[in-house]
Amino acid sequence: MADAQFRPGDRVRVIKAYPLGHIRTPFYIRGKCGTIERYCGAFANPEELAQMRDGLPAQPLYRVRFDQKDVWPDYRGGPKDVLEVEIYQHWLEPA
Amino acid sequence: MANDSAKEDQGTYQPLSYFQLMEVSLRELLVEKGIITEEQVAQEVEAMRKRGYERGSRVVARAWVDPEYKKRLLASGTRACEELGLDIPALKLLVVENTPEVHNAVVCTLCSCYPRMLLGIPPEWYKSRNYRSRMVREPRAVLAEFGVNLPDQVAIRVHDSTADMRYLVLPMRPQGTESWSEERLASLVNRDSMIGVALPKGPGD
Repeated sequence: MADAQFRPGDRVRVIKAYPLGHIRTPFYIRGKCGTIERYCGAFANPEELAQMRDGLPAQPLYRVRFDQKDVWPDYRGGPKDVLEVEIYQHWLEPA
Repeated sequence: MANDSAKEDQGTYQPLSYFQLMEVSLRELLVEKGIITEEQVAQEVEAMRKRGYERGSRVVARAWVDPEYKKRLLASGTRACEELGLDIPALKLLVVENTPEVHNAVVCTLCSCYPRMLLGIPPEWYKSRNYRSRMVREPRAVLAEFGVNLPDQVAIRVHDSTADMRYLVLPMRPQGTESWSEERLASLVNRDSMIGVALPKGPGD
């Protein structure tokens, strides 16, 4: 499996890219900055699995916490409202 | 038979998709070779359809009465379920706890990922475009439509179940249930409260 590069508390940015295929990174979160909440383990890459390949090496998966105001500038709600999304490491870069 | 899509139920003709065809082929081969029977397949489908959210309620009620169990549940949802004898193969469960400061809610914006082994088949609204697109964008408005109005001081934490984890919300135990048995407590825990779009109602509510 690929080494886990990030630790809880690290600031990260979701890569802003639009490849075709079976992508588990939602559009609305691409390009947004958040904080690693926890490491979830390593899993076969779903983008590869969808192409009938083995998805190895397994990709580290993280839960990333985003402030709602960073995701939606016009967000209406409390200042502490957050969104947590599972993101594979190859979709993250240090921020 | 294994296709339970709404379209099929309405009798609309659709050619089999790749995976439907693969399912039929595999099932027929397994039956032909005597590995399984059609009856077993039918029983399994029936069991899946009948599975409700009672297993989830049991887990929550146990966490309410046993603080040590709650710690283990929050540390590893999967192991804590196994401890109760719940067989949840391949389910990577994360349990998220509601507190006076934080309210959790679960959505899968990409499809309809859901802890089926604990909560059964997801409700139609969980799979709807409306819920999936709005729960991440305006959770307070969506929760209000479900009858849950939370003050701004309570942080709302929405979990988008996009990959390999499945989520169960551990709601807060209602007031006035201090003397209740675990079984009676479990009867308070409905499906929606474990998705995070409802709050369990206590005797005073």
